[in-house]
Amino acid sequence: MAKKISILIVDDEESVRDSLYNWFIEDGYRVETAENARKALTLLESDQFDIILADIKMPGMDGLEMLRRIKSIKPVSIIIIMTAFATVDTAVKALKDGAYDYVTKPFDPDDLTHLIRNATKQISLEDENETLKKKVITLENVEDLIGESDAMKNLLREVESVAQTNSSVIISGESGTGKELVARAIHTNSPRKFFPFVSVHCGALTESLLESELFGHEKGAFTGAMYNRKGRFEMADSGSIFLDEIATISTKMQVELLRVLESKTFMRVGGNKEIYSDFRVICATNKDLKSMVEQGTFREDLFYRLNVVNIHIPPLRDRIADIPLLVDYFIKKYCLSMNKPPAAIDPTALKRLQEFNYPGNIRELENMIERAIVVGDGKRISLKDLPLEKSIVNSSTESLDDFERAFILQILHKYSWNISRTAKALKVDRVTLYNKIKKYDLKPTDQ
Amino acid sequence: MSLPTITLLSFGFPQQDFLDQIARAVQLEFGYAVNLREGRIDLGEYYDPARNQYNGNNLLNLVDSLHVTDSFKTLGIFNVDLFIPILTFIFGQAFLNGNSGIASFYRLNNERYGMPENDLLFIERAKKEVIHEIGHTFGLIHCQNPVCVMRSSTYLEDVDQKKLHLCHNCREKLVG
Ligand SMILES: Nc1ncnc2c1ncn2[C@@H]1O[C@H](COP(=O)(O)OP(=O)(O)OP(=O)(O)O)[C@@H](O)[C@H]1O
Ligand SMILES: [Mg+2]
Ligand SMILES: [Zn+2]
Ligand SMILES: [Zn+2]
Repeated sequence: MAKKISILIVDDEESVRDSLYNWFIEDGYRVETAENARKALTLLESDQFDIILADIKMPGMDGLEMLRRIKSIKPVSIIIIMTAFATVDTAVKALKDGAYDYVTKPFDPDDLTHLIRNATKQISLEDENETLKKKVITLENVEDLIGESDAMKNLLREVESVAQTNSSVIISGESGTGKELVARAIHTNSPRKFFPFVSVHCGALTESLLESELFGHEKGAFTGAMYNRKGRFEMADSGSIFLDEIATISTKMQVELLRVLESKTFMRVGGNKEIYSDFRVICATNKDLKSMVEQGTFREDLFYRLNVVNIHIPPLRDRIADIPLLVDYFIKKYCLSMNKPPAAIDPTALKRLQEFNYPGNIRELENMIERAIVVGDGKRISLKDLPLEKSIVNSSTESLDDFERAFILQILHKYSWNISRTAKALKVDRVTLYNKIKKYDLKPTDQ
Repeated sequence: MSLPTITLLSFGFPQQDFLDQIARAVQLEFGYAVNLREGRIDLGEYYDPARNQYNGNNLLNLVDSLHVTDSFKTLGIFNVDLFIPILTFIFGQAFLNGNSGIASFYRLNNERYGMPENDLLFIERAKKEVIHEIGHTFGLIHCQNPVCVMRSSTYLEDVDQKKLHLCHNCREKLVG
């Protein structure tokens, strides 16, 4: 566990103190407040804070004077000065006296978040530098990347080493092998972890929406646009951008993408200012990009730009040693989310699961377990709860229908009767779903 | 004694079917019965002419004062632009580990950003915001998991990045 960052807020206005207090508490920080500089200095005698946010204008001692006093005692303190009326003069003075930053009230929520994350990053880097000397790096936040097979161990080692670099990465593997999960693990173990992980599903983007989606637009760029909109590249500033299904992008977009990757700058639609964004690129694909390059459907220059590191995830059938662990993990996960105690699994059912070949890989296994918990008695998963061919053939049509009806209804409720999403989750088209709803006469009020 | 419920108090949000869908999503996520009610209060006194927005701190206190003990949690739903004194706007806020929270749908629709109308996306965002704020009332703080509903979102596109659900870790905290 990382230590809890502490923040001291110094402002004479109660509503400002309350607002910031509530905002930071929701972020999980330890927060204290003081209504004037003297109170703050007294607090600092007995307590330590990582970040101090202080108003400049306060009755009695002002923020700048307080800044000087704190800095003379503890020069490394991170102090952020807030003001309602920014003047260049005071800003320069504050920064010269060692303020970490100088900001004007009210702030944009996003600016405040970035400001604090930057400060947090600096603090944790200082801490890490201390501990790094003694400790080897271990992966964090990969609790949901399950597996102990050699293939999985290799994968985790690869994740660990590329996470420390800024290189572009292509993650390849069949559908459902965990490419997105691995992309996130790279991000959360990189020095960029305090900043956003932004994903773009390239396959889902239409050419017309693309520009605004990726580059954002200025308010007024379209009729009715009251607010600016940030594009994905801008959102990913200091963080990582995940380009999923990279093989699906059009030739026009390949050119555009290459340009942005090279310059890291772009303009918002309707804007005239170049925006720079410091992002790291992680891509995923279930296609063989190299042969697409050979066939001329994927640009070679873009491929080499992206493929600095390649991480390949083997299909589940090549690492069956991981199946029992995965089964156990998914049972716990879905029982928990359905507020049930963890179910047990019959050894014969587990054995059959290890023999299956999983064209849909881990996602398919996960869906099977979810479904088994929904349709089963909730205490024990047995062969008949699993949609492995044999067991379905063995059940009578009547129970198969019951099973199907209950399952479709459950998924419909899960997606609030949103037909498209339910159909997608069930991997059928909308018409098939409509027919099933008709066949079983399903209603939103059914349980 | 009735079973503990989560109360959704809508202040002038017109579309009943949307509210029903949101109630359903909340019920599925937290496993409590959900009670949908209308808050009949003139929001005029919460309007700040200088900012042309509504004061989120005062509205949170208002909702908290309307919280009744036979409800477990109360969440106010608004359709006006919310601010708190230090920030240019907020989507919502809540008392951590408390009884109440607020969420506004005002900035959640595409049209305000000049994008084509998209009801599905709008309702999805609204559900996320409501579940997020209720999560705070259960004591959940912001989560680093990029797809967890408890991840902090400071602008619209950020909301779209996360899913509708609590991640494994947050759910365990909720149960434990
Ligand atoms: N090693 C793993 N441990 C636990 N869960 C996993 C693992 N790998 C994948 N999963 C789960 O399997 C599902 C599919 O994973 P993910 O979406 O990352 O696959 P993908 O390779 O991106 O698939 P696609 O190519 O279809 O987009 C997710 O629910 C994910 O949480
Ligand atoms: Mg994927
Ligand atoms: Zn929050
Ligand atoms: Zn979470």
